Amino acid sequence: MIIKGKVFIFGDNVNTDEIIPARYLNTSDPAELAKYCMEDARPGFGQRDDIKGGIIVAGENFGCGSSREHAPIAIKAAGISCVIAESFARIFFRNAINIGLPIVELPDTSSFSEGDIVEIDLTQGKVVNVTKGVEHDAKPYPRFLREIVEAGGWLEYCVKSLTKK
Amino acid sequence: MTLAQKLLSRKAERSNVEPGEFLLLDVDLALANDITAPLAIQKFREYGGKKVFDPEKVVLVPDHFVPNKDIKSAMQVKLLREFAKEQGIKHFYEVGRMGIEHVLLPEEGLVKSGDLVVGADSHTCTYGALGSFATGVGSTDIAGVYLTGKVWLKVPESINVKLQGHLGEFVTAKDVILKIISILGVDGANYKALEFSGPAIYEITMDGRFTISNMAIEAGGKTGLFPVDEITMAYEKERGIEVEPLSADEDAVYWKELTIDLSELEPQVAYPYLPSNAKSVVEAEKERIRVDQVVIGSCTNGRIEDLRLAAQILKGRKVAPGVRCIIIPGSQSVVKQALKEGLVDIFLDSECAFSTPTCGPCLGGHMGILAEGEVAISTTNRNFVGRMGHPKSKVFLASPAVAAASAVRGYIADPRRL
Ligand code: SF4
Repeated sequence: MIIKGKVFIFGDNVNTDEIIPARYLNTSDPAELAKYCMEDARPGFGQRDDIKGGIIVAGENFGCGSSREHAPIAIKAAGISCVIAESFARIFFRNAINIGLPIVELPDTSSFSEGDIVEIDLTQGKVVNVTKGVEHDAKPYPRFLREIVEAGGWLEYCVKSLTKK
Repeated sequence: MTLAQKLLSRKAERSNVEPGEFLLLDVDLALANDITAPLAIQKFREYGGKKVFDPEKVVLVPDHFVPNKDIKSAMQVKLLREFAKEQGIKHFYEVGRMGIEHVLLPEEGLVKSGDLVVGADSHTCTYGALGSFATGVGSTDIAGVYLTGKVWLKVPESINVKLQGHLGEFVTAKDVILKIISILGVDGANYKALEFSGPAIYEITMDGRFTISNMAIEAGGKTGLFPVDEITMAYEKERGIEVEPLSADEDAVYWKELTIDLSELEPQVAYPYLPSNAKSVVEAEKERIRVDQVVIGSCTNGRIEDLRLAAQILKGRKVAPGVRCIIIPGSQSVVKQALKEGLVDIFLDSECAFSTPTCGPCLGGHMGILAEGEVAISTTNRNFVGRMGHPKSKVFLASPAVAAASAVRGYIADPRRL
């Protein structure tokens, strides 16, 4: 699977309250959540037209804070195609895997700039910064997680492999 | 083996499990609340769910926006209520019988040592205080449990936090955990389990242990485990539960070890906008940080001991002019106990607002939202940008003692110098 898009830069410790503030959590409608995606980190971000197909690039501990799956849902529904970070907070990581939002861990994301065009090959674990002409090796998923991702998400995996008919 | 390894190997019915292994385990209890359950229910249905795996093991607690703050939240809770009815889920807690989930579940005796508890709420790690492997997951995970009874987990490495020495006057469990988070950083325990050990843990009450385990997630931790000892066994016995002592092996291998001397610890204040930004209250007091609002409550510090401590400070004193002090007990039984002990009178006489149990302002939901530029000191667990209201408001985190002293002074104050 190949993803190509424009980069939007965020910092370290981007937390779930910034990704989708609690004041918008009285709904779980993805379209509604998408409008407020990253609202307290960059007001108005979710309502911009140019974020469709974009790639979020952040530092360490992306998605720390609450367990709200509304965070990866808001990002996915806003049209962001992938999040690249130096590390992800544990619950955000599992939520993203579970709902099928592509995420990629790179040891150092400091060379990316706002607006760079980046191409990601999820299967090969390659991230190419087309603008800068630099290639990065991504950390591959462990086998069990790859199986979930390949099934299309955790519930697809459950339905296929775990529920008895 | 570490405590985490012991608990997970038992669940996996194996003699040993190694950090890094992925396990597919049967869940003993699956929790969700008014924010996270609607999504789980929706997905359960979407993937063909008709009957949940075991209605006895499903807990639904509407606590974040209740009593319903607006129409949308009322619709969410209605969905939970109807789902509970349809599925025969008796652990659904209605207003008037409820509490903040992490105060309520242990109180009700729903969680015990050895259990694997998953909750679509990051502070599910609270129950590690009882020696149960309890961790926060997402709504999809909960839908997966409703469908299959199972969850996937990676066996974590553990950080051994040894506590020694003795807590000084007005130094509390909250100060211990704020200190630990300031040392580890907000991602210092990411993917790891925190395990508490050392002689000082025997001085920490069950309420204090819940406070400590509750904030394990604030260092990124998967759970925060205490061994099962006399204190745990006494707490469980009151609820008719018999448990066996449990602790890590002497030769357990840890990813990291840390020692905290409680005798040297001072009351802590975590500055905006990270729970890891803690300083001693002595430093904070010098800065004369004026506060507009004080919040005492939440799943971190909404238990009876927390209210007793706040009352001890507020007794015979008044909240400073221009300050709003909001006290939110963690559950109906905490309310009842506070009434019985005369704490509520003390709060009302000192001109505090006293609420029904709810998460309320802790996550900026309702019941005390901050305006632009306002400052609060709160006994809750997060002080991220916009957590309690306007993105340009500020939240400082502290113990009930520091919060109450600050309410009296009108600025962040040391309870020992009141
Ligand atoms: S009190 Fe605060 S931290 Fe605890 S469950 Fe409620 S919102 Fe979450």
